[in-house]
Amino acid sequence: MFGNLEDKLSEILKKVRGHGTLSEDNIKEALRDVRLSLLEADVHFTVVKDFINAVKERAVGQEVKASLTPTQDFIRIVSEELTKIMGGRAAELDLKKKPPVIILMMGLQGSGKTTTTGKLALRLKGQGKKPLVVPADVQRPAAIDQLKTVAGQVGVDCYDTKPGMKAPDIAKLALAQADRQGQDVVLVDTAGRLAIDLELMEELREVKGILNPHYTLLVVDAMTGQDAVNVATEFKNQIGIDGVVMTKLDGDARGGAALSVRAVTGAPIYFAGIGEKMEALEVFYPDRIAQRILGMGDVMSLIEKTSQAYDVKQAKAVAKKLKTDEFTLEDFKEQMQMIRKMGDMKSLLGMIPGMGQAMKKLGNSGPDPDKEMKRIEAMINSMTKAERADADLLNGSRRKRVAEGSGTTVAEVNSFLKRFKESKKMMKRLAKMGPGGLRGMMRGF
Amino acid sequence: MDIGTLIFAGGGLIFLVFVALFIRKQTQRRLPAPGVDPEKVLADHAGKDSADLDPFRDEADVPVPPAEAAPKQSLSAGLAKTKTGFMAKLNAVIFGRGLDEGLVDELEALLVTSDIGIRTAEKLLEGLKQDLSKQELKDPAAVKKRLEEKIRGIVAQKVAPLALDKGPTVLMVIGVNGVGKTTTIGKLAARYTQEGKKVVLAAGDTFRAAAVQQLEIWGERAGCVVVKGPNEADPASVIFEAIQKAKAEKADLCICDTAGRLHTKVNLMEELKKLKRVMNKAHEGAPHEVLLVLDATTGQNAITQARQFKEAVEVSSLALTKLDGTAKGGVVVAICDELGLPVRYIGIGEKVDDLRDFNADEFVGALFEET
Repeated sequence: MFGNLEDKLSEILKKVRGHGTLSEDNIKEALRDVRLSLLEADVHFTVVKDFINAVKERAVGQEVKASLTPTQDFIRIVSEELTKIMGGRAAELDLKKKPPVIILMMGLQGSGKTTTTGKLALRLKGQGKKPLVVPADVQRPAAIDQLKTVAGQVGVDCYDTKPGMKAPDIAKLALAQADRQGQDVVLVDTAGRLAIDLELMEELREVKGILNPHYTLLVVDAMTGQDAVNVATEFKNQIGIDGVVMTKLDGDARGGAALSVRAVTGAPIYFAGIGEKMEALEVFYPDRIAQRILGMGDVMSLIEKTSQAYDVKQAKAVAKKLKTDEFTLEDFKEQMQMIRKMGDMKSLLGMIPGMGQAMKKLGNSGPDPDKEMKRIEAMINSMTKAERADADLLNGSRRKRVAEGSGTTVAEVNSFLKRFKESKKMMKRLAKMGPGGLRGMMRGF
Repeated sequence: MDIGTLIFAGGGLIFLVFVALFIRKQTQRRLPAPGVDPEKVLADHAGKDSADLDPFRDEADVPVPPAEAAPKQSLSAGLAKTKTGFMAKLNAVIFGRGLDEGLVDELEALLVTSDIGIRTAEKLLEGLKQDLSKQELKDPAAVKKRLEEKIRGIVAQKVAPLALDKGPTVLMVIGVNGVGKTTTIGKLAARYTQEGKKVVLAAGDTFRAAAVQQLEIWGERAGCVVVKGPNEADPASVIFEAIQKAKAEKADLCICDTAGRLHTKVNLMEELKKLKRVMNKAHEGAPHEVLLVLDATTGQNAITQARQFKEAVEVSSLALTKLDGTAKGGVVVAICDELGLPVRYIGIGEKVDDLRDFNADEFVGALFEET
């Protein structure tokens, strides 16, 4: 999927080159593809329509800058418009208000309210807060048990909802308890409900009236289709929405619902649920989801960065060396320096689809890739010219010298050389396969 | 993956990106030969083989082939068209035959907003031109009627009532998180118990907090046995035990709940395969039915869900839940079309009797209903 739309766009927009300006006529096809991509990602039909019109309005008449290709120009406009709707920066809950800060969770059945309540409580606890979670879902069997269990797992206080209690009463009593116990955040989980279920919506209004929450958060499943617009509109009109949480973003849904909901409510999307573990809740980055919805991935910016760092002559030389097996440690060092010019390794790796996940798994505790690169560079610097040209020269005693010279160990030098040989083989194979192979590999990740 | 491998793999990929970039640039340069109008060359090429133009484009890069698994001639033909701007083609063809632009827009909006998906929508609309005469294409009522028929034809797949003669029939219920598996099982249990059948439930969702209690409450409501394990039990052992119990008690039906899982989680999909094997071990031929539960509010991702689950455990039928809301569940049209899976049940509420047999006429009627 990644890069798919971008490829298509550049194909289409090639024809624009030399025209000087983008016109309604020459971007027609490109707009069509953007539209298709957004609809495929489940963005609502009318939201797409408005979006396409906005892009068209901005794009038509634009001069194609000499430095940019029409594709880049067009994609820039699309991205900017998309980011505009998505709100640009990541939003954060303001918890500095007079405690307790009250947060009401609502949404359809199965959107992930109870799990998100637990995750959010854990997150707030980590920030030094003392949250109270309140099970007020008296509809679904065992929903109260579920939240109680989850609260126990993450180690936060949970209001002891008894069977047969009514949601408004739970809200009242829980608030009183939070005051008594000095809790600074109160998270109220409510029953999943359809916006057309008037009785349950009335109950939710009543609960909200009692709680007078600082944040009323709508929990939305990232896989939601066109209905996201109806849901968001109804909840907004009937209850009011201060913010949104997108759940199940760890799947492969493109998440167009985020765009629909955002367009309808204008409320910020605060968090993204990205897994089954209680820690799997992160701040929502609008720009990332924008790329995902568009079906482009960050490979685009990686390619951009790469094209800035390299010129064709260099690229040609390296490609030739890779193919003919002449790629030496000296070349390797040069490439590493090039890559470092492009930015830090961590963020570059993060742009490769799938790599970001792998990086995340390593976490902040793991070794820093940038430091690791420096060590490798130190090792190569400690080698003689002959060694750099032919890695096979490096026998035991030479390796020992390299280790000492670079402040590493022989084991590290061994492991580096082994990996160098392996990756050389891999790259040779891929270089021969051409870009198709690269694509295949990226998908494999 | 350790950090070293990451660096090498990542670094390698970054290298390759620029190698690819270089090849692309080279290709682009090669095309417009001196003295030749580049526009013309591009246009000529576009008609023939776009792969020549763009080295990035390989077969697998064809835009989201929802139909890649289905080797149907018409489908792949449809897909080939999407490559060259399907709307352009569609417009040319349909308008050429006299289908009104306004009507196309209206129908497209209707189909897309019901989650049928833009590709399936286009395919359906395109199919109209073959089915209808020039005269009929000008008549909105005729066009709509034919469209309804076509959709009905896709979703109305014959599905025999669940056979309860396997002593016991084992029904495996699967799906992603939050679609309503446990609720559906509760309703199924109530329904078959009311019909006088003996039902055993297996509390196979040992992962989600209180999922077992939730199933127990449904079991109580329906008046049937629920087999559960100790806390954090292995789902396979719970299911094995439940089937044994169902056999011993000569139950008619054993319904196995499973934990919700995203189809992208490889290890959890493997676990599902294992559960299926265990069922067969406990009772030969089991599971006799693998029911995939889909949420009607889900969009195009449901297609991927169905495809992946089918591939993993051979799904035999679908349950479409939450149809009592404003969502139409149109995505099942694409799923029925592509994967040939019939819809067996629909869920229309939280009460014990809010489970119905799927009815294609009602479903299509709701799709075309004004909201």
